[in-house]
Amino acid sequence: MNQPVRLLSVLAALGLMSTGASADVIKVGVIGTMSGPYALFGQNFKMGIDAWVAQHGNKVGDHQIEFVYRDEESPNPAKSKALAQELLVKDKVQYLAGLYFTPDAMAVAPLLEESKTPLVVLNAATSAIVEKSPYIVRTSFTMWQNTVPAAHVARKNGSKKAAIAVSDYGPGIDAENAFKKTFEADGGTVTEAIRMPLNTTDFSPIMQRIKDSGADTIFTFLPAGPPTLGFVKAYIDNGLKVAGVKLMSTGDVVTEPDLPNIGDSGIGILSTYHYAVSHDSPENKAFLDQIVKGGGKLDEVTMTSVAAYDGARLIYKMIEATNGQRDPEKAIASVKGMKWVSPRGPVSIDPDTRHIRQNVYLREVAKQDGKFINKEIQTFDAQPDWALSKN
Amino acid sequence: MRTIFSIVVDAVAYGMVLFTISIGLSIMMGLMRVVNLAHGAFAMIGGYLASYAIRSMGASYVVAILVAVVGTILISAPLEFLLYRRIYRKSDALTQLLLTIGITFFIIGMANFVFGPTLKSIPLPAALSGPLDIGFRMLPTHRVFVIACGGVIAVALWYLLERTEFGVRLRAAVDNSDMAESLGIRTELIYSATFALAVGLGAFGGVIGAELLPIEPFYALRYMVVFLVVVSVGGAGSILGALSASLLLGLADTTGKYLAPEFGEFFFYLAVILIVFLFPNGLFGRAH
Repeated sequence: MNQPVRLLSVLAALGLMSTGASADVIKVGVIGTMSGPYALFGQNFKMGIDAWVAQHGNKVGDHQIEFVYRDEESPNPAKSKALAQELLVKDKVQYLAGLYFTPDAMAVAPLLEESKTPLVVLNAATSAIVEKSPYIVRTSFTMWQNTVPAAHVARKNGSKKAAIAVSDYGPGIDAENAFKKTFEADGGTVTEAIRMPLNTTDFSPIMQRIKDSGADTIFTFLPAGPPTLGFVKAYIDNGLKVAGVKLMSTGDVVTEPDLPNIGDSGIGILSTYHYAVSHDSPENKAFLDQIVKGGGKLDEVTMTSVAAYDGARLIYKMIEATNGQRDPEKAIASVKGMKWVSPRGPVSIDPDTRHIRQNVYLREVAKQDGKFINKEIQTFDAQPDWALSKN
Repeated sequence: MRTIFSIVVDAVAYGMVLFTISIGLSIMMGLMRVVNLAHGAFAMIGGYLASYAIRSMGASYVVAILVAVVGTILISAPLEFLLYRRIYRKSDALTQLLLTIGITFFIIGMANFVFGPTLKSIPLPAALSGPLDIGFRMLPTHRVFVIACGGVIAVALWYLLERTEFGVRLRAAVDNSDMAESLGIRTELIYSATFALAVGLGAFGGVIGAELLPIEPFYALRYMVVFLVVVSVGGAGSILGALSASLLLGLADTTGKYLAPEFGEFFFYLAVILIVFLFPNGLFGRAH
């Protein structure tokens, strides 16, 4: 190869690379549970993002946004990491989003700084996730955020002795700690703290043990999905509800799609959560209308669609702030302190923790017009993540 | 004391679910010498059919069980005719494993494609849902139903295999198929009927056990190990063996869940190791 040709080909290669980098299409990789037992929640990621795109278009300035979805089926950190790597290297995504399970989010965190990629966590709810990298923001919730109000409510409703039963992994342990600390500080006693393996399907023995412990209230957390239904059914079928033992949980345990399966016997179950499909506001109505217009079913909407909807909002803002350049510091800085009214109520991104501040609602399972809903009966304003924030 | 009673009641309920699903596999493995790794897949098909019958067609629970059992047998019939028939008794274990695991993956894929990837619930009729007061504690009514089903199946199978003409012919076909054939027993028919029986029992167990082992696309693989363990601990082909293995393992698992739930399935597998160590051919198995 002679000199000019070599020079030309180098230039051509550079030209190709630079068009690759400043191309008009900005890709966002979304890792979610699109299939398997938790498929509903991954599909909700897509419903939420689609709703945002339908309302705001697929362009920010001159940049076209493209969402690329990857499926992670179950808690599987190795696979999530591999998927993230593939998205970064092969698909050249500029932003990552999604992640239903904490262990999966933790596995992706180390890749972010090296690749200069911001990650918007759309579900995984262990407090420590945002500390794993300065490039992580979260639009979902944390266990501390939702559990602390639950403990206050339980104590206020006259509970003296509570039993805690949680799934044995990050968020479960967060929930256990949050409830124990708050409940005991309020003057209650915790009789049992049971950690149930994630693959537990038979809750009968656990229910009986709780009953034998003499607790008047059960606090529980399991990740939304198949096991929660089994837990609530075991609670009812083993006679704890009839015996007057109260069930208090975060909203994960009574997500709306499960309520018809629990049936009438679920009426009255209390939970604290940041989003109910029945939330009464113009923003939520517009959001749900958009989802239905986009072909989604109202009966299948869960909290992950709202987290994804707001997550898309953050990504659009970050793209706008950086004008499509790969600049994670600037991108993250642009969303710190951001405030808006989400379908779930007023929210803001805490500038210190990069985690969402939001109202947490006390809800009660109720029947309205023949449909089961989580009826909001009390509001705890602008809750921070109680583990990360000092105030 | 009350705690012990509670544990025993839960253990029996869990054990009976294991028994109802595993007994079909035990028959296949013991009498026809087929290590049928697709047994869980047949139980899963039963569950899917029942769920579909109730939720989409509005059938009653009893009708749904019938649909599940008959439907699963019909779906599996071509597999029996085309594939299983070649691996009864004589084939080596590796061929059987590869063939049946292949069938399992095929069924998982089809179930995913036809019914979608989400969990399928099988709503219980009012009579079977809710708690039942058994004196010293409340027990889910459904568990009592499952216990009763397990008992009936055990007795009926024992009668079928030990006291009926069919049982005599089956045992003859199993012990010496060439001799049985030359005596005029149509072994092929006997085998097909036994296969249908095993598959039907699997489907039945899949439906009534769905409260404990929820129906989802990976059901076929997820619980297969448990079913195999029951059969190998009990001794393949022995009804009494499968029954006592199910109850023993149910007891180990339930006690573990009761006293130390954070250990998960540790006690279940500890029991398996101990039993297999003490009884290498299973509790009631014969050395072949």
